[in-house]
Amino acid sequence: MICVRELCKSFGDNQVLRGITETVEKGEVVVVIGPSGSGKSTFLRCLNLLEQPTSGQIFFDGEEITAKKIKIDQVREKMGMVFQQFGLFSGRKVLENITLAPIQVKKQKPAEAKKRALELLERVGLADKAQAYPASLSGGQKQRVAIARALAMDPEVMLFDEPTSALDPEMVGEVLDVMKELARGGMTMVVVTHEMRFAREVGDRILFMDEGKIVEQGTPSQLFDHPQNPRTVDFLSKVL
Amino acid sequence: MWDFSFWNAYKGSYYSSLVVTLQLSILAILFATLLGVIIYWMKTSRFGIGPFRPLRWIAVVFIEVIRCVPMLLLLLLVYSGSKLLLGIDFTTFQAAVVAIVMNSSVYIAEIVRAGIEGVDKAQIEAARSLGLNKVQTMRFITMPQAIKNILPAIGNEFVSVIKGSSMASVLGVAEVLFTAKMVTGATFLPFTPLAVAAIFYFVLTFPLGRLMLFIERRCKQSDLRERTL
Repeated sequence: MICVRELCKSFGDNQVLRGITETVEKGEVVVVIGPSGSGKSTFLRCLNLLEQPTSGQIFFDGEEITAKKIKIDQVREKMGMVFQQFGLFSGRKVLENITLAPIQVKKQKPAEAKKRALELLERVGLADKAQAYPASLSGGQKQRVAIARALAMDPEVMLFDEPTSALDPEMVGEVLDVMKELARGGMTMVVVTHEMRFAREVGDRILFMDEGKIVEQGTPSQLFDHPQNPRTVDFLSKVL
Repeated sequence: MWDFSFWNAYKGSYYSSLVVTLQLSILAILFATLLGVIIYWMKTSRFGIGPFRPLRWIAVVFIEVIRCVPMLLLLLLVYSGSKLLLGIDFTTFQAAVVAIVMNSSVYIAEIVRAGIEGVDKAQIEAARSLGLNKVQTMRFITMPQAIKNILPAIGNEFVSVIKGSSMASVLGVAEVLFTAKMVTGATFLPFTPLAVAAIFYFVLTFPLGRLMLFIERRCKQSDLRERTL
């Protein structure tokens, strides 16, 4: 579904991604782990071109989205993204947060978008918060709304950029539960996270990144129980 | 000292000078806001090739030059310079409007910049990730919040435009301060004619300040409502 070839990204002199080649299959849950500064988030943000790659190609459903003529807004409709800092629209109620893009981008009828939004809020356990403003929600609730908002566009793939890193510990579980449920439903997911238990439990495949490269990858049991690369071993010994 | 005997003889001049100050201020505020937004847009424009960004350069040079020239001097420069350099024959009133607009637009551009950059980046990225294009993101996410940031600061700038319009008196524009000085000269009263001018400026600026305070409170209240609902 997503195919990345020789992806490089530099910020000025700082080379953050040094040639990443990787494929994400439909229905797969790929979890990206690695030390901070290893390029995980940049890699994820390149996938929907929130960061413009310096070189390399990205294909989505067989179409090269790094090509010049591509209409990136149309591609992004099909790729949902959830951020560490939530990015809920302040000044808009939870329901409006969710219906804004479907109405404006997909040209759905307001009533239809609202119905779908309420279903999604039900699914993330926040049906009672439809009329609340983001500022009145807890971090965990905000992140669940953000997930519902991304799902409202019916994306083919969901990208998660450290979705639980800004949360108080007791709220991490509620967000991970929603993500687990999504994974069980067959959603294609790419997740950057520090939650190793989640990675092991939900991931179909784990990518370990260090210094802008995918150093090692494999199934959770391969990577966590029998890591091959010394850097993976070193990293896991610190976080597990 | 509190001799207001001149009032009956000169109140007509005072009232017409009030109209001039109002015209000057309103025109200046309108065009300065417009030009301020244009300068902000030019300064952030990516138009150009490579490091060559002509619109940006023009904006930056304009901002720096205006910032370094005293307002009073700018008035005189615009009035005489327009004739000598550009061959435009401004009336003193027109020259005053142009100079005030030039001066104020630079500060308004800065206020607009701060207001727009103060909007949460995560929200803008979230909007883009949902497939909203640049224009839609600007319209639905950035602008509503930027306006809340901009309003209080721009109110102060409007007040300082009204007060700054008094400098047009050096060109002989018959606005409030000019008229007050003319009356002091004609009556040999050193204080009260100027005190009347002060009252006039107060009458113009005080309601504007109150209005801005009211709007600011409304914004805060709506934030509060968002938190508690």
